[in-house]
Amino acid sequence: MTTIQMQGQTHSGPSTWQRLRTSRNFIALWFMLPAAAFLILFLAYPLFLGVWMSFTDARIGRAGIFVGLENYEWLWGDSIFWLSVFNTILYTTVASAIKFAVGLYLALLLNRHMPFKAIIRAAVLVPFIVPTVLSAIAFWWIYDAQFSIISWSLIKLGVIHENINFLGDDNWARASVIFANIWRGVPFVAITLLAGLQTVSPSLYEAATLDGATAWQRFRYITYPLLTPIIAVVMTFSVLFTFTDFQLIWALTRGGPVNATHLMATLSYQRGILSGRLGEGAAIATAMIPFLLAAIAISWFGMQRRKWQQGTDND
Amino acid sequence: MTDPVFDRRTLLKGGATLLAAAATMSADQLLGYAKAWAQASPWKPEAGAKINLLRWKRFVEAEDTAFMKIVDAFQKANNVTINVSNESYDDIQPKASVAANTGQGLDMVWGLYSLPFLFPSKCTDVSDVADYLAKKCGGWTDSGKTYGMYNGKWIGIPVAATGALINYRVAAAEKAGHKEFPKDLGGFADLVKGLNKNGTPAGMAMGHASGDANTWLYWALWSHGGNLIDKDNKVVINSPETAKSLEYVKGLYDNFIPGTASWNDASNNKAFLAGQLYLTVNGISVYVTAKKENQQIADDMNHAHLPVGTDGKSRELHLGFPILIFNFTKFPQTCKAFTAFMMEPEQFNPWVEAAQGYLSPFLKDYEKNPMWTADPKNTPYRDVAATAMSPAGVGQMGENAAAAIADFVVVDMFANYCTGREDVKTAMSSAERAAKRIFRS
Repeated sequence: MTTIQMQGQTHSGPSTWQRLRTSRNFIALWFMLPAAAFLILFLAYPLFLGVWMSFTDARIGRAGIFVGLENYEWLWGDSIFWLSVFNTILYTTVASAIKFAVGLYLALLLNRHMPFKAIIRAAVLVPFIVPTVLSAIAFWWIYDAQFSIISWSLIKLGVIHENINFLGDDNWARASVIFANIWRGVPFVAITLLAGLQTVSPSLYEAATLDGATAWQRFRYITYPLLTPIIAVVMTFSVLFTFTDFQLIWALTRGGPVNATHLMATLSYQRGILSGRLGEGAAIATAMIPFLLAAIAISWFGMQRRKWQQGTDND
Repeated sequence: MTDPVFDRRTLLKGGATLLAAAATMSADQLLGYAKAWAQASPWKPEAGAKINLLRWKRFVEAEDTAFMKIVDAFQKANNVTINVSNESYDDIQPKASVAANTGQGLDMVWGLYSLPFLFPSKCTDVSDVADYLAKKCGGWTDSGKTYGMYNGKWIGIPVAATGALINYRVAAAEKAGHKEFPKDLGGFADLVKGLNKNGTPAGMAMGHASGDANTWLYWALWSHGGNLIDKDNKVVINSPETAKSLEYVKGLYDNFIPGTASWNDASNNKAFLAGQLYLTVNGISVYVTAKKENQQIADDMNHAHLPVGTDGKSRELHLGFPILIFNFTKFPQTCKAFTAFMMEPEQFNPWVEAAQGYLSPFLKDYEKNPMWTADPKNTPYRDVAATAMSPAGVGQMGENAAAAIADFVVVDMFANYCTGREDVKTAMSSAERAAKRIFRS
């Protein structure tokens, strides 16, 4: 920035150094340095190190040598890796979509006037506040093959005759972990959308009601368009959190049964840390980056567009 | 102080009387003994040494108490500090790995399986400690040597193992037609089938349970003549013998209680103690808990070794507990002295007794401890070292075999076939592919 400004000036003025000294941009650069150093040290450097490691055959305890794309070539032909990619995408898509639907519905409900409003709103946050590992252990008991409260209740009611194999069957296991993730993630979506809802001016609704708009039309043409920026932000975060989920899966299934719920994050940990093959683990983690970038890009470019910002067709 | 203080001379005179006294030593006595030991010890702890020791979180409370007593006596006698931190089974390895990689944080780790073999270059050579203990305690069993030695050097001291043996309900087994526990593969499969028919099912973990799933599935593989690697560490998992073991395990799995594919290390303990599971493979912890909480189950249960293989030989995988010293520690002498001290008969015997069968020794003299025969239900766990193989099987233990077991290559192969995800050929070739990569160097 500073250089561009200087080029525009004539050369007869004060010396470069003097101009530099009085330039606000130049001073600003120095003020930004600590923050930049912080970001580079704690964000950029570890990320770079991880990517670099994925090109080596590093093991725990000894640095690896550069092996190029060998780790990626191996993963390309590894069925467990592709299963984990499939699982991650399934997990993220299904969980995020349901979290959005339920969260939006909950936000609309909470936005109404009702008794004990503040307490109810606070209570909704509980699943989000409880440490993940604790809620995972609760779910672990709920889904237990022998002691599940759900199986027990249904048997007592005479609906089923034997325990549901919640975490032992591929599809049941996937559904179970997704449900647990939704339970945990809904409050975040709901409360954030609720904050967005409260910024919508009531006069818009009044005007629409006078014009004879139905409840659906009020939602579709007032609430939804004004909420889109918040939705974009909240869903970006929701997708990122879900995509990189680790604790819930690790506490519930360890990626089992037979890798049916292994996500890329858990597989990366199993191979990189537990099995000691840091290079391969780093490669799996690095393979997550394109997906994450895509998720960020979609909402980023979306938010730039006026259509998303204001809900009109005027681009 | 009115208690007798042991000095170096009484220690040397000691012998049998001392051993008998050790079991009932008070804290003061233990301290006196520890002081005398420190004088005689070949390792002189560095002045003011501070050691960080990480160990697995106890399963049997009395074991932990006995261990901390040893730590306490050693600290006071040598004027050093030992910080003991506990981590659950699954968290030991990542923490140790991080320490190995960064070269700080921990001095010693008491871990599982083949932990030292994951980073042999980071372990202090403890051959002197191993030789010292061998001389004193009747020598190492062969399995002890495989668990501790790498390229002719001791990189860890195998403190003990916890046996992965069969825990079963006696009445249910008798009802299924087996008055005596079957010793061969056929009889065992018949028992599991019979148990299922009577509604008293068996069940062994097939999920990612580092202890409970790996142990019995490696046994299943070996007992049919299958191997992950041969004696030159070449991958030989894709074989007719492996196929036979897959079929055998499928036969068992079909008669298991539902849900074993999702089981972790705690699942079978819970189910057995709740009276829903009648046979499983586990350490002695089920029995120890039952004695405290459910005498009825304790009376009706017993232990047995897994059946011998098709060639009549017994090969089992047990959970070894090696202790290692990182080579970046500032206090190697203190670490060595402590390792030797805790495995001296005066400490180790009471400790083994406190563990109630959870710690099976690799040093031959400790098999003579009366606790192994006082309760006949403990006896099978005494002989764990005799049947134990390392995760490398007939191959050479090293970081690759350690990596393979941590990545559940064998467990996934069995689970893939048993749950019907893959057929025999695919299950074997997937495992082969994964193993070949791990063993490529």
